[in-house]
Amino acid sequence: MDMIKNASVYAIPVIFLLILCTGIYKGVKVFDVFVEGAKEGLATVIRILPSLVGLLVAIGVFRASGALDLIVFAAAPVASALGIPAEALPLAFLRPISGSASLALVSDILKAYGPDSFIGRVASTMMGSTETIFYTLTVYFGAVGIKNIRYTLIAALAADAVSVLVSSMACRYIFGIN
Amino acid sequence: MLDYIWFGLLVLGFIVGIFSGRAETVTKAAIDSASGAVSVGIGLLGVMCLWTGMMAIAEKSGLVQRIAGLARPVLKLLFPGLARRHPALGAIVMNLVANFLGLGNAATPLGIKAMNELQKLNPKKDTATDDMSMFLVLNTAAVQLVPATVIALRSAAGSLNPAEITVTVWIASISATLAGVTAAKALSALCKSGFRPKRR
Repeated sequence: MDMIKNASVYAIPVIFLLILCTGIYKGVKVFDVFVEGAKEGLATVIRILPSLVGLLVAIGVFRASGALDLIVFAAAPVASALGIPAEALPLAFLRPISGSASLALVSDILKAYGPDSFIGRVASTMMGSTETIFYTLTVYFGAVGIKNIRYTLIAALAADAVSVLVSSMACRYIFGIN
Repeated sequence: MLDYIWFGLLVLGFIVGIFSGRAETVTKAAIDSASGAVSVGIGLLGVMCLWTGMMAIAEKSGLVQRIAGLARPVLKLLFPGLARRHPALGAIVMNLVANFLGLGNAATPLGIKAMNELQKLNPKKDTATDDMSMFLVLNTAAVQLVPATVIALRSAAGSLNPAEITVTVWIASISATLAGVTAAKALSALCKSGFRPKRR
């Protein structure tokens, strides 16, 4: 476990060292090239900003309205048939649309039911096994100006649904229901 | 597609907000989120510049192309549209590694870099290519070596063994990745078979 943790800690310094040393060795004017490249970063962030505003406003309004409760209420019978605990269901819907909000929700769930309860473990697993789909889609496609995303969202949501389902199943088989 | 989702989130939010007596809350959320988005963008700005700068050096020195060459055998099934040493492959590999190691700050700039490279190969600039969709799917179902954020949350909540969920996270995210890749490949094949008759 320590070795695995160390991989994350040392990765960035090692990657930077590798890039810089290879650059100097190959005769690249490292600082000039860095500054030129960094300009591209600036342009990209400015290009993303309008779509980011649009997305985050929509998500903010959706969350504040309480519409999530309605959706959870409608989906509850299906979820319980699939073995997904009702208490973790709001997270399943919030996770793809907002990373920070679902982080707060996981924290609430862990406090309310305990981190070592079945619900706590399912929520933790769900949180760790997917990304915030809408944020990723908006930022990545927004950065290059793609408007027609074709089937990307459907495939991403399919992956998400599987992760929700498997999270509950894996916790049930590995830790049991307590 | 994104049009409808965006429309749905906003309209559903406003309607439910008005009818549940939260009109004021909803309005405040809209304004706060708009300024919040700018903070997110500015927060991203510094790291973004750092990584695009570093990647520029790595590209000039041939390092990215070398990484691309090494990763090609593994990735050619997923990204059939990419040539052997294309810089997009290098950026894709580095993004996937950053995701795997849980380096969120590095993953996003590298991912955007990869999208920029993929866009150069795109004949229809406003439409996603199969390679782009595959890349996005891999990113949304990212497999992480150590789910550090969740472990920290569990530990803060007083868990006896905060890291025990690592195994279930692996199982869930690997299943999700497999499902996503399968779905992307299947949908791409479906699109192709559906498009041909139209062209003729």
